[in-house]
Amino acid sequence: MNGEDLAAIWLTAKLAGIVTLLLLMGSAPMAWWLARTSSRWKAPLTALFTLPMVLPPTVIGFYLLLLLGPNGFVGKITQALGLGFLPFTFGGLVVASMIYSLPFVMQPLKNSFEMIDARQLEVAATLRASPWQTFFSVVLPQAKPGFITATVLGFAHTVGEFGVVLMIGGNIPDQTRVVSVQIYDHVEAMQYSNAHALSAVLLLFSFCVLLLIGMRRRGNYFVN
Amino acid sequence: MSIDLCLQLSRGEFLLDAKLSLPSHGVSVIFGRSGSGKTLLLRALAGLEKAQGSVCFNGEYWQDNENFLPTHQRPVGFVFQEASLLAHLDVRSNLDFSYRRIPANQRRIQFDDAVQLLGIGDLLTHKSQALSGGQRQRVAIAQALLTSPQLLLMDEPLASLDADSKAEILPYLEKLRDELDMPMLYVTHAADEMAQLADTLVLIDNGRVQACGLLNELLTDPTLSVAHLYEAAAVVDATVLSHDEHYQLTTVNTPGGSLIVPRSPLPAGSEIRVRILARDVSIALAPIQHSSILNSLVSRIIDISADNDAARVLVRLDLNGTHILSRITRRSADTLGLSAGMQVHVQIKAVALMR
Repeated sequence: MNGEDLAAIWLTAKLAGIVTLLLLMGSAPMAWWLARTSSRWKAPLTALFTLPMVLPPTVIGFYLLLLLGPNGFVGKITQALGLGFLPFTFGGLVVASMIYSLPFVMQPLKNSFEMIDARQLEVAATLRASPWQTFFSVVLPQAKPGFITATVLGFAHTVGEFGVVLMIGGNIPDQTRVVSVQIYDHVEAMQYSNAHALSAVLLLFSFCVLLLIGMRRRGNYFVN
Repeated sequence: MSIDLCLQLSRGEFLLDAKLSLPSHGVSVIFGRSGSGKTLLLRALAGLEKAQGSVCFNGEYWQDNENFLPTHQRPVGFVFQEASLLAHLDVRSNLDFSYRRIPANQRRIQFDDAVQLLGIGDLLTHKSQALSGGQRQRVAIAQALLTSPQLLLMDEPLASLDADSKAEILPYLEKLRDELDMPMLYVTHAADEMAQLADTLVLIDNGRVQACGLLNELLTDPTLSVAHLYEAAAVVDATVLSHDEHYQLTTVNTPGGSLIVPRSPLPAGSEIRVRILARDVSIALAPIQHSSILNSLVSRIIDISADNDAARVLVRLDLNGTHILSRITRRSADTLGLSAGMQVHVQIKAVALMR
């Protein structure tokens, strides 16, 4: 394994870590709302947030490219803010990965929130806990399995992405060249031994992740 | 000092429309059939249901047309029917959950006192799921007490327990009533719990308050449906006079005279309460001798009313200001020529000791 490979591994870990953290924080309130509401927006929003799971990564990447590009709505905003354009930067990769991995974080959270008996929240209220205190001292501890599953799935799924990265990130060393892209490069260049090493790392990682989830009996094995 | 509420709440077809003023001391039992709206009323009082109207506790408004105090800001303790402890915490942490939220200078009940009062000292390290139904309910009651509530609300706390667990909890509830100066609102559809605990009785049916008043006055009012229940009964205050160790009986004094009841563990002079079922009271024109029935009192008929059962009538009897009911056949009432104002001899087949 050469320096470029290690750099790719580091970049992938960094990307997956940041994406997972942001997703956990960002999607928890929405998952909580979806789990509790009876609003008519529940079904369409749930469908929208699940879309990235079924769409081909290239479709997501394509739309994001348009949206974030010079003529896109978001692109115009980022340019006006002096941030430049997101495509083919690490920041763009983070945004794209968050959308791509959203359902894998949102669903386990929503499932675990739904499993919390409404009575538990009423009990907490009669014991003088405000809604915020209830969220932190009752909801979060009781939804812990969901958070663990969401963390593991979100991280693993971000590590495993390829199509979105190619569309939106390109192949810039230390910026957007993640492991899956690096493997692709090795194969293109007929460097099979390098491809083997990196592939083995990903294979082992993925297996361990699934094993970990499987051993947690209460966790949601996969999005259900 | 009182609890005044005027609440409206609709749930589909069902409409709760309750206007009520209760004393803010002692135990008020809200009694009604399943689906009468009694639980909804209690939940609305706690702010768990967002009802229209007003709730005023000792002059302090918990809600009116503009304001609505959320549940966690109302000084109530709530005990649910299925004892609901926080599932992720053990017993001690469950108790601490409420206790640590109350500033030390506002605590009226200390941790150890609640633990001792409910007899749960041995359970503190148990997981909440590992407890029996009765144990869970005792912990839930202690948990509610540790919020130092100004009003304790109990929603059928015994309804989902088996007979043994019920018998295990009832003495604790009586202890709460007797040892804590804390008003309680107790919802039930069980006539025996009502007779045992209530000072004030609220009768609720189809979302409306039928009557509210002192326990025995309502129980013996033939215009109310509670007097026509199969287990219609009067609850009479009494004092322990003496014990008969040989026959294991106790003599108690009631306004209408002395009664012999099963041996009470309480010492002479104790205030107790006896329950006399209407179907256990028979009427004679002359004293009856050579009878196996121990209790016979002289009384005066107040009135005679029709019962739900066309074969029977309900006779209201006066025992020096305290009323009891007798349910006898219409034929007997006619044969004996019973009428209001008559002096009669009342025989009581069974007297249940309530405390």
